[in-house]
Formats: sequence, C-alpha cells, structure tokens
Amino acid sequence: MVIQALAFYLFAGITVASAVMVVSSRNPVHSVLFLILAFFNSAGLFVLLGAEFLAMILVIVYVGAVAVLFLFVVMMLDVNVAQLRQGFLQYLPIGMLVGIVLLMELALIGGAWVLTPEIEAALGQPIPPVTEVTNTEALGQVIYTHYVYLFQAAGLILLVAMIGAIVLTLRTREGVKRQSISKQNAKQRSEAVTVVKVPTGEGM
Amino acid sequence: MGEGAFLEGYVIPTAIIVAQIVAVMIPILLGVAYLTYAERKVIGAIQLRQGPMTVGPFGLLQPIADALKLLTKETILPAGSNRIVFLMAPMLTFILAIIAWAVIPFDEGWVISDINVGILYLFAISSLGVYGVIMAGWASNSKYPFLGALRSAAQMVSYEVSIGFVMVTVLLCVGSLNLTDIVMAQQTIWFAVPLLPMFVIFFISVLAETNRAPFDLPEGESELVAGFMVEYSSMSFALFFLGEYANMILMSGIATVLFLGGWLPPVDIAPFNWIPGPIWFGLKVAFLLFVFLWVRATFPRYRYDQLMRLGWKVFLPFSLLWVVLTAGVLVAFDWVPA
Repeated sequence: MVIQALAFYLFAGITVASAVMVVSSRNPVHSVLFLILAFFNSAGLFVLLGAEFLAMILVIVYVGAVAVLFLFVVMMLDVNVAQLRQGFLQYLPIGMLVGIVLLMELALIGGAWVLTPEIEAALGQPIPPVTEVTNTEALGQVIYTHYVYLFQAAGLILLVAMIGAIVLTLRTREGVKRQSISKQNAKQRSEAVTVVKVPTGEGM
Repeated sequence: MGEGAFLEGYVIPTAIIVAQIVAVMIPILLGVAYLTYAERKVIGAIQLRQGPMTVGPFGLLQPIADALKLLTKETILPAGSNRIVFLMAPMLTFILAIIAWAVIPFDEGWVISDINVGILYLFAISSLGVYGVIMAGWASNSKYPFLGALRSAAQMVSYEVSIGFVMVTVLLCVGSLNLTDIVMAQQTIWFAVPLLPMFVIFFISVLAETNRAPFDLPEGESELVAGFMVEYSSMSFALFFLGEYANMILMSGIATVLFLGGWLPPVDIAPFNWIPGPIWFGLKVAFLLFVFLWVRATFPRYRYDQLMRLGWKVFLPFSLLWVVLTAGVLVAFDWVPA
C-alpha cells in the first residue's frame, strides 16, 4: 500500500506540475513536451486504478498520435512568444472565468459525493468486477454490446467531421506533376515511342 | 512491520526484478553490437566484399573497436541548439527501444512482466519512437535535421496505422491481448500461414517504422546528409545508432511473437522439440534480422510520395479489408476464440 501511495503522489504531482508548465512555459515546443509528460503520468494514474487498457489507449492515441501532430504544427509555425504574451492580460478574465466554472463543477461533484453517500449505490454497475474479467473485455461489453448504437453514432459523427475537414482543405492545384502508377502500368510501347527512319544526310 | 517482512516484501522482489532485467539487457546489448557486425558482413557478402576482417579473428572485435572509437570522441553541442531536448532525444530513443522488452516472452513464463495488455504496451512504446527523431531534429536548430524530423513524423505515424490493423487481425484470432496467449494460440499453426499477407504488410511497415532501407528517408544521406542525426557526435550519436538496431531486434521479436509462433518449434515432433524455446525464439529473430539486412542490400530508397502512397493508399485499405475478412471468416465458421 505504501508503494502505491508513493506512486500515486509521484504521478499526481508530476501531472499537476507539468500541466502548470504547459501553460507557463515560454517555448511552445516545451509546452507540448510537458503536455506529453502530463499525458504519461495520467496513464500512470490509470494503471494504479487498475484500468490498464485505458492507460495504454491514452498513450497510443494522445501521446502517439495527437501530440505528434501538435508538435509537428508547433514546430512548423514560427511562433513569436513575445507577441503571444501581449494578449495575456486581455484574455486573462476569460481564462479565469473558464477556470472558475471548471473548479465549481469539480467542487459540485465532490460535494455531492460527500454529502449524499447513497449516490454511490445509485450508480449503475453494468460490468462484472475487474477480478472476473479483464478490463478490455469489460469495456468491450459496455461499448459494443450495451451502448452499440451510441457508439456507432459517435463513429458516424467523427466520420462526417473527417470528411468535412478533407473537403474544406482539399484543393487541386494546376500544373503539379503527379505519378499515377496505374496509368504508368497501362502505358503501351506504341504510345510512348515512335521509330523513325532517318534518311542519311538530311536529318529530321 | 519487522525487518524480515521488509526484506521479503520489498528487497527480495526488487532484487529478482533487477536480476531479470540484467539477464534480458545483456543479450540484447550484445545482440545490438553484433547486429552491426552482421550487417556489414551480410551486405559485404551480397556485394562480393569481405566486410570487416582485420580487428580480431574474422573481424569479430570490430563492434568493440567501433564502440571505443565513439566513446573517446568529443561530444559536440551545437551553439544554437536547445540543450536539454538535444540531449534527451538520443536517450529517449534508446530507452524506448529497451523498455519494450519487459513484456516479450522468450519461453513459457520467461517474461519480466506478463501483463494483460502486452500487445497494446508494445504498440504504445513503438508509437513513441517518433519523439526521439522529432526532438532531435527540432533541438538541433539546423535545416537538414529539421527536414528529416518532419519526414519521419509523417512517415512513422502513417505506417503505425497499418501496424495497428495487423495487430487487430492477430488479436481477433487469439482473443487476448496477452503475448503469452498469442504464442500459445499458434500451437496448431503459426499465424504467418493463414495471415501471410498481413505478415508481409507488418514486415514492410516495420521497415518504415524503424527507418530502415528502403524507407530510410529521415536519414536520407543522399539529400539530407544524415537527416535528424547530422548534429550528433560521439556518445549521443552512438545512442541513436544503438537505438535503431535495438529497435530492429525488438520489431523482429514482435513479429516472431505475432506471426512465427514465438518460442514454439515449427512442428512438435522429436528432433525439433528437443531444442529449448529461447533458442527457437532467437533463431526466428535472427532470420527476420537477416531479412532486414537483405532488404537493405537489395532495394533502392523509395521516393517520399511513393512512400506515402504505399502507406495510405495500398496498406491501409488492404489491411482494413483483411480485418473485416478475418472477422467474417471467424464468425462464419464459428472459430471465434472464447
């Protein structure tokens, strides 16, 4: 238990510290790297909770894919940090407001938990406890069996968003040479080469 | 809690784990060193040369000589570089190539950590490999490394998608994410036989994922000098180099577990099952590594647009189709594992 508690405080502490660094770091690339560290430590927290599937998916999806694209974009943009700092005071009230709303909501949830202990009994327990099934199987049961229509709907929404993004950004430029492998393979000798008999001393 | 309980509860398990880690690390590091030697010998043989032959008998001490040479060189930190990230990148590459071995089973029960989500762990670790390259390219603060880093970011993310689908196909046939279960499911037949197209796709994607020829565009010495590791020297370069080779061994190990039946002998009859499991595992890994080197000596480098076309327009649709097909066959013949 001692080691678990120590591990919890280690992961939780680093998560919070690196989350602070994401906001306060001067270099945007460092911000993204700290964000990755925060993701990692959250994955560690999931492992401590016994949710190893979620931990791995967090690393694969967020660290392995989303944050790579973040880093890619941030590195490509030549972000001027001084310019970004200028708007800091201007946006401070909005940021504070969002922060306060989030904090209040967290407090509400925590408060409800403490004030009404019977709420725990009201929570649904759709899956067998983790001692009986692996949590991959448990999640599969929930997502693909009990809530399959909602899951499909979410998938459709994502598909529409993806197609929308492609339609909005795709532009075909004129004059770009592209390789079409099927066209290359379908090419016949007769289309590409003509054999000419050149008369001696006259040229073409 | 008494002193004896402390010793039994914490000290002895820790000591056992450390011993296991050392027992896995040393063969891997030796393997990495002699893989560089094997690469030069194999490519030399293919190109009708001798390869290294002067240091020690048959040139066998060449890797040690190379390591000493790299260690004694000066470490150069470019003036405009971002120091911490610059030094972190090679370490990250090497650490990621090593920690993945924690879940690879060498024989039944011969595994440091037999976790439920072993294959996801491997996928997660291999998807992090791109950070070493991106961080190196960015922190060097120079053109060629940056171009190499951008290429590799796009390349490694693209091929990860098809690797993911290949893993899903194997998982469908096994019904478990545990690597030991995956090997045990291949007792009747190795997955390389029924899933041969996926094995081929997996191997080609692994070539792209480890930045090996013919997909070594992040290095691309003909146009980018040496890509993301232009600015590295001495030990930091050695770590990248070792990381690349350790990754090759790791990926061959994963391919062995997923498709070639891990430690299982090809047929379970007399002369074959006398040989212990770890030796079979090593032989299979060595064979796949030979294919890595063979490919490098045989094929010219892909052009970047061809690489992207292969990943997104050929492998992705094909592997997606194969996932659906496998699921359909499993359901139709009622072969779905419990």
